[in-house]
Amino acid sequence: MTVEAKLGQVANYVDERTGAAAFLKKSLKKVFPDHWSFLLGEVALYSFVILLLSGTFLTFWFDPSMREVVYEGTYQPLEGVKMSAAYASALHISFEVRGGLLMRQIHHWAALIFMAAIVAHLLRVFFTGAFRKPREGNWIIGVGLLTLGIVEGFLGYSLPDDLLSGTGIRIAEAIIQAIPVVGSYLSYFAFGGVFPGELFIPRIYIVHVLLLPGAFLALITVHLMLVWYQKHTQYPGPGRTEKNVVGYPLMPMYMAKAGGFFFIVFGVTAFLGAVASINPIWLYGPYTPAQISAGSQPDWYMGWLDGLVRMAPPIETYFFGYTVSWNILIPGLIIPGILFTGMALYPFIESWITGDKREHHLLDRPRNAPNRTALGAMSLTFMLVTLINGGNDLIATHFDLSINQIMWGTRIGVFVLPPLAFIITKRLCLSLQRADRELVLHGRETGRLLRMPSGEFVEVHEPISPEKAFILTSHEQLPALDLPAVDARGVKRAGVLKNKLRARLSKANAEAVPKVSADDLKEIESH
Amino acid sequence: MSSQLEPIKDPGLPAHVHRKTDTDPKAADRAERQVAAMFGISALGTVLLIVSYVFIPDDVFVFIPIMGNQNAHQLGLGLGMAIALFFIGLGAIHWAKTLMPDQEVVMQRHEFRSPEQDRKDFVDTVKEGAASSGLGRRSLIKKSLGAALGLSALSPILLLRDLGPLPGPEQKMTNWKSGTYLVTDPGDRRIKASDLEVGSVAQVMPEFADPKDRHLDDIAKDALLLIRLRPSEFNLEPDRLAMTHEGIIAFSKICSHMGCAVALYEQTTKHLLCPCHQSTFDVTRAAKVIFGPAARPLPQLDITVDGEGYLIARKPFSEPVGPSFWGREK
Repeated sequence: MTVEAKLGQVANYVDERTGAAAFLKKSLKKVFPDHWSFLLGEVALYSFVILLLSGTFLTFWFDPSMREVVYEGTYQPLEGVKMSAAYASALHISFEVRGGLLMRQIHHWAALIFMAAIVAHLLRVFFTGAFRKPREGNWIIGVGLLTLGIVEGFLGYSLPDDLLSGTGIRIAEAIIQAIPVVGSYLSYFAFGGVFPGELFIPRIYIVHVLLLPGAFLALITVHLMLVWYQKHTQYPGPGRTEKNVVGYPLMPMYMAKAGGFFFIVFGVTAFLGAVASINPIWLYGPYTPAQISAGSQPDWYMGWLDGLVRMAPPIETYFFGYTVSWNILIPGLIIPGILFTGMALYPFIESWITGDKREHHLLDRPRNAPNRTALGAMSLTFMLVTLINGGNDLIATHFDLSINQIMWGTRIGVFVLPPLAFIITKRLCLSLQRADRELVLHGRETGRLLRMPSGEFVEVHEPISPEKAFILTSHEQLPALDLPAVDARGVKRAGVLKNKLRARLSKANAEAVPKVSADDLKEIESH
Repeated sequence: MSSQLEPIKDPGLPAHVHRKTDTDPKAADRAERQVAAMFGISALGTVLLIVSYVFIPDDVFVFIPIMGNQNAHQLGLGLGMAIALFFIGLGAIHWAKTLMPDQEVVMQRHEFRSPEQDRKDFVDTVKEGAASSGLGRRSLIKKSLGAALGLSALSPILLLRDLGPLPGPEQKMTNWKSGTYLVTDPGDRRIKASDLEVGSVAQVMPEFADPKDRHLDDIAKDALLLIRLRPSEFNLEPDRLAMTHEGIIAFSKICSHMGCAVALYEQTTKHLLCPCHQSTFDVTRAAKVIFGPAARPLPQLDITVDGEGYLIARKPFSEPVGPSFWGREK
């Protein structure tokens, strides 16, 4: 019997027991648009699977306990040192379990790739406007996954209970304590008393391996079901409209490509785990609150937060004898809170500004949404400046600079550079729009020079292909909202300030180089 | 806008271009062999993994340029696994790109909005259901249900109460009492002023009858830094100067910012630097903050010597050590 016939039998078997033929037939033919940038989310998904697999392996030997033991393993330099059972078992995994170090390194690399892929995917979705109606809900789930990812990663590298991870926990405890009124209570509940106590490793362990992975599984499932049900967005191009999806069917093309890509991601992660040392906990030693290593650094996705805390001004206020640590609250809780809330709400903010409540399935070219692109560049610049400050000690030692100067540079830069990035990016977008317009009207430069009979030199331009011209002109340009302070009947609208703000934002948002119109083309032809 | 006349008409999907493997059976056969070869390489990777697991002892190191000395066992396992996985992926994608139909397919999107009648019926059903339950009219039910639900949410909060004790006085206390001996860490030996040379720094702990009783909780608040300067180098208020002994000054090692160990001492400038967030404290001025995010100096411990010349604490810390918290000043 051929493979085809056998698979046919399987399909028959499944349908006779579930009646799923109609659904599965449609699903297997489902079309997925193809673009490299759509792979970023896939990388995140596959890294998550790798994390589940490698993490499960680690749990078979890891002992999440702060019981004090004396190390008697094969790693000579720590022979006879007192440490927690958690740290001792992490050393055991690294040195005595065959493949244990490989799995630890795969797990850590996969976590770094997971976070990087989430951020890259988020940027793709943001800059192309894929979060617009009807995908606002999925955007919020994505922001939730990013937030959980940061927490999960932090808890993960805190588990081995080495000197570096304990220092991170100490800082987390200081942030909890800084919360006004309830801070000390929360800290006592979290640690079972004073820091460090003997409870936090088992507690964060269960959060790290059960609670958060469960939340991840649930959110990722909904995230993917929504992508499936709402169908993927696609880039604009010939034959692609708001009403269709152009791409390859799930079976066989997409299955083979996506399945193959999973193995490629896993292979690359395994390669990194094999050759690139990461988090060598045996070099840090066991945690003790009285010691620390110079150049202590969190993982990269926490670096911006650390950088913010480092650059904060030394302000504490006291009223009625109570202490408020603004130097911790502002960078540690308030700014991240504003950033992540703003990010989650952005689809609604943008739709409020544009007044656009329609569905969008065609992606924007970033240049055609200058305000959004500029806002993205501004946020990225902010993150980059804070991230640089998070590594200011290493930058200072590697490049022989003064740490104070770097700190002052980023303290000023964090205010100056993001707005600058906004302005520059917006101008760049408008220039690119202008270039698009030129390209459609006058064609592309060929580099061939012609000498006219009059002696004048001109460059020959060639018209661009109809496909390209279509891509450059098919986007829509929404006019600014017309929001006069008084309505048609001469009555003043409610919420004057809000209205004014909306009108101004809408005007800024609608700024664009007019795209080529039919009249423009007619005029060109008549020349 | 949709009503706007589009200047350039949609030229439609570009015509499908056949690949070589679509038209040339030989090229297709070649592609098949290439895919099979990749799967073959993957199998070799698994063989490498098995061989490394069984035959390479885990204490053999090999030198590899750039990477330096590498554990051969670990490297063999990792590379074998990487090759095995990577080439399965590469083969599958090559298979898809060369031999599976690559004609783009167009599928129509369905509108998410339901037909008007369905929407109206849906809204009516919801309204009817709400009305027939009487939730709108019977406000007593509504209010009591709300109160009951709200109250029931308290139970998990209450049940989690035993996660930890309530903050008590221990939050503000350390094991430094009047007369507590300063001991070396490690070593637990009492210290004489003469043990510390001018310019040097040492980490010390309060003496415990049995050092085994000293746990991380104690270290987290007791860790103390001793620094010895020439007395003339100090720039202190008289009351602070009185807390030093022959140029030896003692500070809590727990950073007043976020509790990291303030472990970096720069001898030339006499600055203490916290490696976590770079708060910098001037030792000559009672650990005044001269840079970074810390808002308070490191607490200073009042020290002196006993009759035999061993360093002791004259008084406990006059303020809580470590990071700030809401009721710190109370």
